Amino acid sequence: MPCIYDVLIIGSGGAGLSAAIEAKKYSKNVAVVSKTYPTASQTCQAQGGINAVLDTQNTNDSIQSHIDDTIKAANKLGDEKAIRFMCENAKETIQWLDDIGVPFSRNKNNGIAQRNFGGASFARTCYSSDYTGLKILHTLYDTCIQNDIKFFNEYLILSFIKDNETIKGVIVLNIASGKIEQIFAQSIIIASGGYAAIFNQFTTNSTATTGEILSIASEIGCTLENMEFIQFHPTSLKHSKILISESARGEGGYLVDQDGKRFIDELKPRDEVSRAIYTKIQNGESVYLDLRHLGKEKILETMPQEYHLAYQFTGVSLEKDLLEVTPAAHYTMGGIKVNRETQTNIKNLFACGECASSLVHGANRLGGNSLLEIITFGKIAGKNASLSANQSTVFDTSLYTNELENEEKKIKNIYALSNVLNFQTLKKTLGKLLFDSIGLFREEKKLTMLLKTLQGYKNDLEKMGITDKSKVYNTELKEFIEFTHILNLSLTIVKSALHRKESRGAHFRSDFLETNIKYQISTLFTQENEILMVKI
Amino acid sequence: MKITICNISYTIKTKNNNNQSNLLSNLFQIKEKINRTLSFRSGCKSGVCGSCAVRVNGVEKLACKTTIKEGDIIEPLNYSIVIKDLIIDKKNQNDFLIKTKAYLEKKTNTLITQEDEKKIDTESNCILCNSCLSACPVYSINEKFLAPYALLRNFRYVEDAKEGEIQTKLEAIQTNGIWDCTLCGNCNMVCPSIINIKGSIENLRNKSAQFGYNNPNMNSGFDTSFGFNPNGF
Repeated sequence: MPCIYDVLIIGSGGAGLSAAIEAKKYSKNVAVVSKTYPTASQTCQAQGGINAVLDTQNTNDSIQSHIDDTIKAANKLGDEKAIRFMCENAKETIQWLDDIGVPFSRNKNNGIAQRNFGGASFARTCYSSDYTGLKILHTLYDTCIQNDIKFFNEYLILSFIKDNETIKGVIVLNIASGKIEQIFAQSIIIASGGYAAIFNQFTTNSTATTGEILSIASEIGCTLENMEFIQFHPTSLKHSKILISESARGEGGYLVDQDGKRFIDELKPRDEVSRAIYTKIQNGESVYLDLRHLGKEKILETMPQEYHLAYQFTGVSLEKDLLEVTPAAHYTMGGIKVNRETQTNIKNLFACGECASSLVHGANRLGGNSLLEIITFGKIAGKNASLSANQSTVFDTSLYTNELENEEKKIKNIYALSNVLNFQTLKKTLGKLLFDSIGLFREEKKLTMLLKTLQGYKNDLEKMGITDKSKVYNTELKEFIEFTHILNLSLTIVKSALHRKESRGAHFRSDFLETNIKYQISTLFTQENEILMVKI
Repeated sequence: MKITICNISYTIKTKNNNNQSNLLSNLFQIKEKINRTLSFRSGCKSGVCGSCAVRVNGVEKLACKTTIKEGDIIEPLNYSIVIKDLIIDKKNQNDFLIKTKAYLEKKTNTLITQEDEKKIDTESNCILCNSCLSACPVYSINEKFLAPYALLRNFRYVEDAKEGEIQTKLEAIQTNGIWDCTLCGNCNMVCPSIINIKGSIENLRNKSAQFGYNNPNMNSGFDTSFGFNPNGF
């Protein structure tokens, strides 16, 4: 009989690996299944840092101030209790990371160094130069290896196995072999990351964050919450959309227009800065990041990655030249609805990190709070999933062969599709459409048109398909499956955005400029009711 | 311009006048417009996820950070099983990291200073792209040779002031490890994170000597009778 894991984690980024390490404390058999290799996860791109109030004695900062700043950015859609929990535990979270080996940069007094970030009242963002996410992710991976966590690398999730409203496992495509397999578990944690990569070519994200797990989870009855809240980072490189971290502005960098004039307080929340930049770009102007006054030494010491990225991808030397920037889709606040214990509405199924809606970011996220969220709630999910697993009894895995056969049939059908339309081209077209219609500025007319286009694409799926008919490492098959879910997810986002007839945080409606107290509630999406608005 | 990928020639359009363009962007373009079966890994597009390492004219590069020109030849990394096109099997990665104990074993309560942290700042930037392995002449003839990246990651913890268990870490890299390295420096030449891997291995040798380990190759082949060998061996 196949192994039944105690805890199976979907996703190998910061949330997933934190969950795995914590779960291993309470359970013997812990596995991580991921469509990439662990250290390729989106977390490696988090550059700037992770927020925590470390010292209330020698600074004016306080945990309450961190809570207040987070609540303010959340724009009345945050869950104060969840925010309070995250902020109160932040120091302990940093300590845990430091203890497993994360090499945080130190200050002159040999404490963990902290820098300014947008929307924060004090310098409370801890960092490892500007490779914070990368170093955290690799240290977590090293710790997983030490703890004998099992890894299924390069497996794409096709569906969940659910029985009597309880999760039992997943059906996966082993990308390397092309085989459809089952992995069983008593508890499952979804930690699969966000969905900003649906903005193909208009995102700072990895090609991997296509969000299919959210669509699959929705199909089995999970509720999706606040999907319309998508953060656009103010500064990415003009052509490649490679992220230039907020640390550039945190360390004193300016945003200037083509006349060299500053036009906004650079440390305002990301949505305000992004809209200010994009308004200029839409008027045919260019916007630049100006770090020249900081000097090469400071730039290299505090943000070596930005320095190298700027030079390697655009030929710009930051100590001498201006760097042209543009906003790009960066982070998704919406996700699978969970309670404060990371539990979804399905028994033994948990979610944490960017794929989950824990309501700590609400309508907008503060820089430095995402790394904090994924580690904080990753650990909670790991513990809770383990405790649930330990209360579950062994089940007969042979009961679920039908589900396997169904997925095999679906894949066979994909191979047989007519392939008249090139989905690769449509994926790119859709990326631009999404950025134009559900990007920084939204309005009913454009959203309604996008809805029709998406429905058209869905109807055309049968005319699409794959050229690559091989089984082994079929990247086209993987990408086609992702594309079908991108369509579903995009529909959910557009419907949610249409429903919210107001502007709040990252959701900006050109036709409803004001925040409306009527919408001081969550947008919920379920397969049964589609859109529902409920109080937080 | 024309480039060759896995022995197939492709004609691609370039946007700038110098007839140069980004390799990863071209791989995407080829996959969309010319050959949809072309298989390659990609991720962050910005040089930090380690997914897209390939060889360009025989030299290991990250596709996302590489500008290509007319006539370039693109191949998968060396010395690993090629699953398909530019995709190599990376399954032995976990084994190497387990064998080299590349993790913090015993946390000390030492105060970490700015100097301590700076000592491993660059060394903790490894992205596991496997370029160093593909460029390693020792691995080419001995598949048990602990990968350069695994030795580097061992060093990153040996050098970490937080680590209180140095001995077992050094023990882990004595066989098929630091003494088998020829110090040719190929790994340094190809590392996209600009890490001094060779220097880390040299440091591990010095550290090992301090902990009482000897170079096994020296013991077996060194002539101690006169101390002078006119042939220089």
